[in-house]
Amino acid sequence: MRTMKVRIEVRLKAGHFDPEGDVTSKSLRDLGFPAGEVKVGKVYTVDVNAGSREAAEKLAQEMCRKLLANPTKDDFSVEVLTVEGRATQKDKR
Amino acid sequence: MELKKSKACVLRVGGTNCDLEVKVALEELGLKTDILHMNQLADGTLSNYQMLVFPGGFSYGDYVRAGAIWGKEIFTKLRKELGKFTDDGKLVIGICNGFQVLVEAGLLPGNSVAGVPTASLANNSSAKYECRWIYLRVESRQTPFARTIKVWDTLWMPIGHGEGRFILPSEEALNELVKENQVIFRYAMPDGRPADGRYPHNPNGAAYDIAGICNKKGNVMGMMPHPERAFFGWQTPSQRGKRKARGDGRCVFEGAVEYIKKY
Repeated sequence: MRTMKVRIEVRLKAGHFDPEGDVTSKSLRDLGFPAGEVKVGKVYTVDVNAGSREAAEKLAQEMCRKLLANPTKDDFSVEVLTVEGRATQKDKR
Repeated sequence: MELKKSKACVLRVGGTNCDLEVKVALEELGLKTDILHMNQLADGTLSNYQMLVFPGGFSYGDYVRAGAIWGKEIFTKLRKELGKFTDDGKLVIGICNGFQVLVEAGLLPGNSVAGVPTASLANNSSAKYECRWIYLRVESRQTPFARTIKVWDTLWMPIGHGEGRFILPSEEALNELVKENQVIFRYAMPDGRPADGRYPHNPNGAAYDIAGICNKKGNVMGMMPHPERAFFGWQTPSQRGKRKARGDGRCVFEGAVEYIKKY
């Protein structure tokens, strides 16, 4: 078992109206930025004990299904960031 | 069941509010009510009660999503007992945050504490916390909570929420809910017509102007407006210097008490 840091991103499904993103976009335009659509999501980084990267990813997906995402409106993606404090290959690039 | 022998339970966790208002409302109607923290619930405690209330507020700081953490806590700690409670036909009501909790626990619009929500109370379309009085149209009397009112009656109650836009995963799911008469309250115009999505009458952009729904059996109801904040006449805002003799929210509790008497 190794400790892995997993990054979980939860965001609204495509086609769902995002009031928070909408007002954020307006405010950015007020400040002079050429901002178009803004989507707001949540990022969780979770330390998990797992036997492999795949197992850690599976656990994170299960966390989304059981708590972090509401299937009616949310999509999610997961990514293993570090294994026992070391950055993973993907992260080094 | 004799009202004197019956009791209601208002559950509480960090961040809930209006628990005392619900207790005062129910006791005014003769139903003894205990306010219990989730941690005070031991095995079998629930069976002492005829009605369970999930009050409003911001349970666990609305972290993750409004109602999500408490909803999952119910799934992990109370699944069996609450399942038996609802199977026995006893009453459960979730008000505002309590409605969000019942949805997150899977109890509404579904039928069991499955832990997976089949609907969502998303951020208000207005991107604002909406805190004001709104009109409701009574759409169905499927639930005991609406037994003392008439279909198409117009009620006036306050709301206070940032995440109240009721949405379902599909058009079919909405049609099913309507067909089964599970839509109890819809946001309405002052004259009682449905708000038809129009702001500010529909304060959050909810699909089909949905403000309150029940389960198929009718004994579990969730609603975004606060009936306990519109119980006494003196809680209602004065109009031309006059106040209502009784608040419109009173009927929700009267319906529950009538049901318990006959249970």
